[in-house]
Amino acid sequence: MSNLSVDHLLGIKYLKKSDIDLIFKTADNFKKIINQPIKKVPSLRDITIANLFFENSTRTKLSFELAEKRLSADVINFASASSSVKKGETLLDTVNNILAMKVDIVVMRHPNPGASVFLSRNIDAKIVNAGDGAHEHPTQALLDAYSIREKHGKVEGKKVLIVGDILHSRVALSNIYCLQKLGAEVKVCGPSSLMPKHLDALGVTHFSDLKEALEWCDVANVLRIQLERQDVNYFPSLREYAMVYGVNKQVLDGLQKEITIMHPGPINRGVELSSDVADSKHAIILDQVENGVAIRMAVLYLLAGKIKNN
Amino acid sequence: MIEQRELLNKKEIEITIERLCQQLIENHTDFKNTVIVGVQPRGTYFSKRIIAKLQTLISATTIQNGNIDISFYRDDLMRREEPIVPEVMDMNLSVEGKKVVLIDDVLFTGRSIRSAIDALMAFGRPSSVELLTLIDRRFSRHLPIQPNYVGRTIDAIDSERVIVEWKELSGQDRVLMVKSE
Repeated sequence: MSNLSVDHLLGIKYLKKSDIDLIFKTADNFKKIINQPIKKVPSLRDITIANLFFENSTRTKLSFELAEKRLSADVINFASASSSVKKGETLLDTVNNILAMKVDIVVMRHPNPGASVFLSRNIDAKIVNAGDGAHEHPTQALLDAYSIREKHGKVEGKKVLIVGDILHSRVALSNIYCLQKLGAEVKVCGPSSLMPKHLDALGVTHFSDLKEALEWCDVANVLRIQLERQDVNYFPSLREYAMVYGVNKQVLDGLQKEITIMHPGPINRGVELSSDVADSKHAIILDQVENGVAIRMAVLYLLAGKIKNN
Repeated sequence: MIEQRELLNKKEIEITIERLCQQLIENHTDFKNTVIVGVQPRGTYFSKRIIAKLQTLISATTIQNGNIDISFYRDDLMRREEPIVPEVMDMNLSVEGKKVVLIDDVLFTGRSIRSAIDALMAFGRPSSVELLTLIDRRFSRHLPIQPNYVGRTIDAIDSERVIVEWKELSGQDRVLMVKSE
């Protein structure tokens, strides 16, 4: 198997295990490349990539842009805040206008779930979903699973806990799909008001007690409290959330074993994660960021290989 | 119909390697400032044999060496049916100011070597780059690239394939010319 079974990266749901393995294997090579004295390769020299961000992003956008530049692609950036979307243009019109400039790959973040799926059915370019509403964020899940594989040697059989706001989190959904496909056991922890109704359908169980949950897991992926997506109050106060569900040194010191701490960023220090944990040796948060570039290079490289030039 | 004939057998390959090593020693003497680089995937088996032979001939303790993967430096990513599966980039050294000898099994169009030279530059600016190849298919070049050291020069047409078999992969060392009608 040396080719992806999909033409776009819309979500982990659409990938096979062999696709994930291929992306990881390719990312291993790119991780070496980005640690070379010269970190740039000419692979995507004749490819143009448009980064369309209809929603704010710092690290995902930077990470994609860096991955694209390290592959020598031509890159154009678009942020909706400063665009004609504000003037009433539809998504399809915006994208078709950009494609008329001969773009081969579109990396898109959009506030509406399913926006990238819609796009893939209507336009002739490879689509990479960089987050669509509370639906999926596939490259984040890939880099999280890749970081677990790097730290623990394999993902299969590992117990992974996702802590926090599962209801509003695309990272959580993509992570659940990805880790389950790779054979890990996934459970979640957080206030029940922040748990989606479809948890059972995903085959995921819920801990309401943080200590018990941390005692169970090998890896804890701590999610950010997404205040911007919460239209009502799901818990009384941030202070109370931090007291009940915040991961801090005291909680970790009370455990029987050492666990790995992950966070997709940006961290609300003192809320879901305390500073002493975020900066400790248990945290692999900065490794996640480095791996993000390698994973995105692998995804873009493999999708570009499916574009036929003649 | 498939026709195949042996160009080099195990013994002939051994003799050729010995001769190539003597030629290398003529130009590089003690190999202190030389790096041997095998081109992934198949050049690495040849490079391993060259290094082993050199070590017995000049009784050098270590000869600096690496293997270079050219996948991401190729020019045909979007012209292939299947994507190129990358090999391991095994270059834990700098080639800055070094005399580099690139090693590959067959020199055909020259495109792989063009990619290998590009890839090499990511590890520093070598003082010189030479090319050693077991088989040189002259008259097949797409680019102006010539080897400095050649095992055997052959004239073959495009429908003929040259296959270098290594013990580690196929059970024996030999070079075949395969012709399919």
